Amino acid sequence: MHAVFYFFAACAVITAALCILSPTALSAVLWLVTTMLSLAAIYVLLGAQFVAAIQVLVYAGAVMVLFLFVIMLLNLGTAKSDLRGPSGVAAAIVIAGLLLVELVALWRYTPARLAREVAQAPAFSDPATLFVAGEIARQETAARGVVGGVAAPLFQAYLVPFELTSILLLAAIVGAVVLAKRRI
Amino acid sequence: MPENASLLGPSLGLSAILFTLGVAGVLLRRNAIVLFVCIELMLNAVNLSFVALAQLHGASGQIMVFFVMTVAAAEAAVGLAIILAIFRHKQSVDLQNINLLKG
Repeated sequence: MHAVFYFFAACAVITAALCILSPTALSAVLWLVTTMLSLAAIYVLLGAQFVAAIQVLVYAGAVMVLFLFVIMLLNLGTAKSDLRGPSGVAAAIVIAGLLLVELVALWRYTPARLAREVAQAPAFSDPATLFVAGEIARQETAARGVVGGVAAPLFQAYLVPFELTSILLLAAIVGAVVLAKRRI
Repeated sequence: MPENASLLGPSLGLSAILFTLGVAGVLLRRNAIVLFVCIELMLNAVNLSFVALAQLHGASGQIMVFFVMTVAAAEAAVGLAIILAIFRHKQSVDLQNINLLKG
């Protein structure tokens, strides 16, 4: 399991690096699709099979095809490299490096350590007893299947946010049509 | 404890690396479409940490990923429409040429 995880993690990091350094927008989008497929494999390893399927269908499929449509539509041609100048590159490396140092502190995050830090008494420092929600969700998934375990809370506890996203999507559709149309 | 909870730390580390690469891309590139691609990369990194933590905290993390994907799709549609509208005026998607608000 770990070997598979690190294989896909390496794939994701390498393709993401190629994505931000690729000379054309078209190749950047295609490398990002590869990154997303690697992430979908990692989602399966993490026990989120439905999210992995949605990642492939919606993200790597629909959203990236939208990007490709716009790139093909604009007919940008073979422009020269759009990397910033040396001062911009230096600033980017410094800012991104600082951010990476801050974020990689999360690498040392384990369930046991968080349990130790969260629990008031040492008696509660067992992660299995502290994170009961994860265990309940796992039993729910075992009983109802991969989709049912996600669908039940989505349509019960998160019903109002779910309905609100439909309004958001409607606003996005209207906005995109108004912005992109030449004459309304 | 789930048998794959030991992947939690590496998953968050991978999420951090991918997010940093996205930030570096936003700072390095001037092509507006590549900028959007880098923003999608950052959203994916955040999704990974949501899924990793969903192992401990229940299905809420996975549901949050659906909302993030919805917002990302809406953002991509509106943002690309804006890029199309700008391209029609300027014949370019280079951010150096888009300086209407510069004093």
